[in-house]
Amino acid sequence: MKLSRFSRVGAAAVATGALALTLTACGSDDPVGSTGGSDAPSEASELSGELNGAGSSAQEAAMDAWRAGFQSANGDVTVNYDPVGSGGGVTQFLKGGVAFAGSDAALSDDEVAEAKSVCLDGDVIELPVYISPIAVVFNLEGVDSLNLDAATIGKIFDGKITTWNDPAIADQNPDVDLPDTAITPVHRSDESGTTKNFTDYLAKAGADGWPYEADKVFPVEGGQSAKGTSGIIQTVTGGQGTISYADSSQAGDLGTVAIKVGDEYVAHSPEGAAAIVDTSPRVEGRGEFDFAMELDRTSTDPSTYPLVLVTYDIACATYEDQATADLVKGLFSYIVSEEGQQAAASAAGSAPISDTLRTNAQAGIDAISAKS
Amino acid sequence: MTSTAPPTARATPARRRRTPRDRGMNRAFRLVSTGSGALILAVLAAVAIFLVARAWPALTTPGAEIAQDVGWFPADASFLSFVGPLVFGTLLAAVLALVMAVPLSIGIALFISHYAPRRLATALGYAVDLLAAIPSVVYGLWGAMTLVGFVGPIWEWLASFLGWIPLFEGPAATPARVMLTAAVVLAVMILPIITAVCREVFLQTPKLHEEAALALGATRWEMIRTAVLPFARSGIVSGAMLGLGRALGETMAVLMILSPGFLYSFAILQAGQQQTIAANIAAQYADAAPIGVSTLIATGLALFVITMAVNMAARAIVARRKDFSGAN
Repeated sequence: MKLSRFSRVGAAAVATGALALTLTACGSDDPVGSTGGSDAPSEASELSGELNGAGSSAQEAAMDAWRAGFQSANGDVTVNYDPVGSGGGVTQFLKGGVAFAGSDAALSDDEVAEAKSVCLDGDVIELPVYISPIAVVFNLEGVDSLNLDAATIGKIFDGKITTWNDPAIADQNPDVDLPDTAITPVHRSDESGTTKNFTDYLAKAGADGWPYEADKVFPVEGGQSAKGTSGIIQTVTGGQGTISYADSSQAGDLGTVAIKVGDEYVAHSPEGAAAIVDTSPRVEGRGEFDFAMELDRTSTDPSTYPLVLVTYDIACATYEDQATADLVKGLFSYIVSEEGQQAAASAAGSAPISDTLRTNAQAGIDAISAKS
Repeated sequence: MTSTAPPTARATPARRRRTPRDRGMNRAFRLVSTGSGALILAVLAAVAIFLVARAWPALTTPGAEIAQDVGWFPADASFLSFVGPLVFGTLLAAVLALVMAVPLSIGIALFISHYAPRRLATALGYAVDLLAAIPSVVYGLWGAMTLVGFVGPIWEWLASFLGWIPLFEGPAATPARVMLTAAVVLAVMILPIITAVCREVFLQTPKLHEEAALALGATRWEMIRTAVLPFARSGIVSGAMLGLGRALGETMAVLMILSPGFLYSFAILQAGQQQTIAANIAAQYADAAPIGVSTLIATGLALFVITMAVNMAARAIVARRKDFSGAN
């Protein structure tokens, strides 16, 4: 009895291992991994096999929701996502280790060129599928909301403005009774896409208030810091006069800053975040379905909220075998679908993408095919 | 010490193996225990080899090249100038914790061994041992969520009245995510192990010594000072070193409490000044590029070396003190 059970488990393990091996490479042509792989594009419900991705940990919660939703709709499909970080995910993708990658930055021109070989001379597809507004949060007794422009926020985080009743803050908030509490800026102590997008916003929109460049590591030395969004929220809540930046879904009861866009002050909202992705120009000189965005941080349209984190899901337009192509197609279709975006919104607090972007993205997804 | 066994009893192993009694279970047990002893050495060697092998790329790559791929590596640093502040922070945290924990542990252990009524002593002993069973992540949560708020006003008071001492230089950070808070939590974490060792050693003080002291008219304090503490000195040192070992390597609590910085700074009330090696590895490992991982493992190698050095120093102290401890 014992022995036979053992061997069955062993056989299952070997089979799983074989599946994993065959599908880790999108250039693999071994058909073991695809029982549903046929020449004709199959219906979503007929998909089976295993799909591997890796990359950004920022979209891990959303990807978990997408994997769960996609797998429950397609019983025979297993999707794995390894949140190794954007850099690691892109590297694995470019080496053909995984079929798709998640990244909180679009591929560089060099990386797009490199992707040609793994994508069998086809295009690379980048979809900005996970949009998360970043809120500037603060903890100041009696104050729930403040109006600040990017230059002032930059000076606060650079340590140039040190008290809450500084004229630079008071001038923009004539109706708020500001105490003379010291300002304690808090930043992320680990490498983070949130930090990169926040510093990118300050660098582009903050004019003379922020002398640093966009970076995943917070550029100002010293001061309070904490690991992860949860650590940030905990630190801001635990102090008085603290200010930091975090995914807006985690802001909770903390006060948030309405940032200056054009002539108005705009509070963070999912709609504003989705709008800025729509109005931003695409990176030039890329493939037809490469939706890499040049985020317009200096937007003056008050219906947009330019302080957002966008992560991309990256795939090839051409795969070696039909099964992988179908799986990627199915997964990405689910991700951009209204249902998928809603799942991410409730699981990770992201902003659902607009219908315009969905239509465009779907066109790109439909172009995914196997090498003929 | 006089040996009762004649030297011939320690004859060559070859002869022992041939004796008729070294068979069956006897032989098996000898092999098992020898194997266990060898295994621990093998594990230690394996860890050391792993550390050196994986750290090698970082140790041989110039700092500027590492900095290209790794965001948190300062552009103008070499590996040594990167690891220096981390070693400093690690030692500072551990020493601060030790300074707080050792006197307290000795007090608790003395109370349990010589002052408390028997029942209370047993209960207190259990309570202290229980502290050792709390996982460090729980200590971290407690420190970051409760203790940080509680000690904030105390640190502010320290900074305003004792700020002229470099150690307590203000302004005290709010929230108090600073080295001193982390050190307090570390002290609580190493308290049980030091207390347990001290208690055992205090209890082993020869009754004759204690009674002799009392008979000569010593008060209880004088008895402890003249009979118990000298006898226990080496035990206290080894207990403290065990605690130091744990404090050096503690990760979660420091990671969750401390706002890290990379300076050679004694300002333990300010945020963003120091960081420990273990907490830095945990903070940066998840998203690190390959050369970054190698750099982190190299800092781990530094920690490994420090811990070994500390333990060997402790051994040396204990061995040297044994002869003078009054145990004979």
